[in-house]
Amino acid sequence: MADVIKIATRDAYGQALVELGNERQDIVVMDADLAAATKTGAFKKAHPDRFINTGIAEGNMMSIAAGLAAAGKLVFASSFAMFAAGRAFEQIRNSIGYPHLNVKIGATHAGVSVGEDGATHQCCEDIGIMRTIPGMVILNPADGPEARAAVRAAAEWDGPVYLRFGRLAVPVFNEENVEFVIGKGKELVPGTDVTVIATGLLVNEALIAARQLAEEGVSVRVINMATIKPIDKDIILKAAAETGAIVTAEEHNIIGGLGSAVAEVLCESGRPVPMLRVGVEDTFGRSGPALELLELYGLTAPHIAEKVKAVIAMK
Amino acid sequence: MDAITKKELSVIATKIRLAVIEGTFHAKSGHPGGSLSIADDLAYLYWKGMNIDPADPKWPGRDRLVLSKGHAAPALYGALALRGYFSTDLIPTLRKTDSILQGHPDMKHIPGVDMSSGSLGQGISCAVGMALAAKLDGADYRVYTILGDGEISEGQVWEASMFAAAKGLDNLVVIVDNNNLQIDGTVEEVNSPYPIPEKFAAFGFHVIEIDGNDLDQIEAACNEAKTVKGKPTAIVQKTVKGKGVSFMENQCSWHGAAPKQAEYDIAMAELTARLQELEG
Repeated sequence: MADVIKIATRDAYGQALVELGNERQDIVVMDADLAAATKTGAFKKAHPDRFINTGIAEGNMMSIAAGLAAAGKLVFASSFAMFAAGRAFEQIRNSIGYPHLNVKIGATHAGVSVGEDGATHQCCEDIGIMRTIPGMVILNPADGPEARAAVRAAAEWDGPVYLRFGRLAVPVFNEENVEFVIGKGKELVPGTDVTVIATGLLVNEALIAARQLAEEGVSVRVINMATIKPIDKDIILKAAAETGAIVTAEEHNIIGGLGSAVAEVLCESGRPVPMLRVGVEDTFGRSGPALELLELYGLTAPHIAEKVKAVIAMK
Repeated sequence: MDAITKKELSVIATKIRLAVIEGTFHAKSGHPGGSLSIADDLAYLYWKGMNIDPADPKWPGRDRLVLSKGHAAPALYGALALRGYFSTDLIPTLRKTDSILQGHPDMKHIPGVDMSSGSLGQGISCAVGMALAAKLDGADYRVYTILGDGEISEGQVWEASMFAAAKGLDNLVVIVDNNNLQIDGTVEEVNSPYPIPEKFAAFGFHVIEIDGNDLDQIEAACNEAKTVKGKPTAIVQKTVKGKGVSFMENQCSWHGAAPKQAEYDIAMAELTARLQELEG
């Protein structure tokens, strides 16, 4: 495993925007003074005439994006997840969501893996916030190639999309030309005893946990749920029926995110199965190196494995 | 004024005011005061100032209007219906469950509405986005947006203004409807925005001060704005909230209350008399 390639999904975002800019003239990329960090700076360099910086004014950026989209542009508006979903929630809801305009929100620096900047910049609420906006699509790719594919899928989608990216370079496990279908989860590992449904950087941790558990004789199915909304009900219910227990894993508050979405599907199916959630346990983050924080907040393979054993005991 | 006469525009403005009373009366709610104050702007813009085609509401080359003070929707709907975007029969359906006429403008379902609005402070940014799109495309359409004087307490108005001036959006006209009243009282009492013209000038706008209930002054200001290059224009207009209905004029209480039957009768009688006077 020494030669594992690591790419931050935000880097893949920036590169995908450059490619789209080469292919489409109607694309406009916006940022609120974070282009170097969100990686929209790559687009700025390649297509300066179609890059718009609003300065530090995220709400204004979202409403301007809505106006651009209303006039026919395909807009990617970028900031940190905290200031996109958090500060600009109401502009996204009213200016973009309600008129269902073609704005893609590129939200980087999601979760505690932001690291040293600490709690004010570690958004673990964004999926929950965005999920309640009618018609909003939420994509949370797990690695570089998937992020690139997600950006391209979002560009083809008619309507608002929230794309969630991370700051931390994470291992690449997808093929370079991986396909991305909005609304479809992917079974990465077959299994019969339990299913781990993961999203974002927790997918790779789920894969590690599944390998470890396999050595202990536990058959773990792993599903990559890169689309949080619309959630893939079929793959969840199939997993529930075939494996009888589910663990969700996400770099987000356990309230409102993937775990909540999966629980909603399970509970309303009439055939619920035991389920446990791995996520940030309804607390704020703190400063520290990203990898230490992921460990501290229980967002690594060993924690997933623990929950897997616990949920199997509930069967 | 040529082509359409000032008298004809005055008739239209009065008909828009009638639609405001008609709509809010039947809805039993809504915002007549701030709708009545901008009827003259809408008459001028939709019948003379703006390059539009009611038969093709989504025509990409059209001028656009974003009603940032979206609660004045009854006036916008009156103008759009009278201009032929949809039937005037819809006016009494305002705010009804089965009507397209939402309490605040809805671009997805109402022909002629260029942007959904109503959450104050956002419409100006949306208008800025449209003006920016025109610049990116090398298109020559213009974008108008109407703000309330209370609305400019929203910080986003100034974020949008700073941006519009920084990008030199000379195809953008921001109309500030200074009727001096907001829900909780006069604008001075609540959170004084004064002096308004100086604030927009400081943000880099070309500023024109007018009486916003005077059609000649509205036209002159919009024409002046077209001659300004390299910066957006702010038209700061003094208006009378409730204009045209005696008991609503300058009364804060008519910001967000609908006329009841007796009030409706008086208001309709006054405006109808005004219409007959104009039409001779």
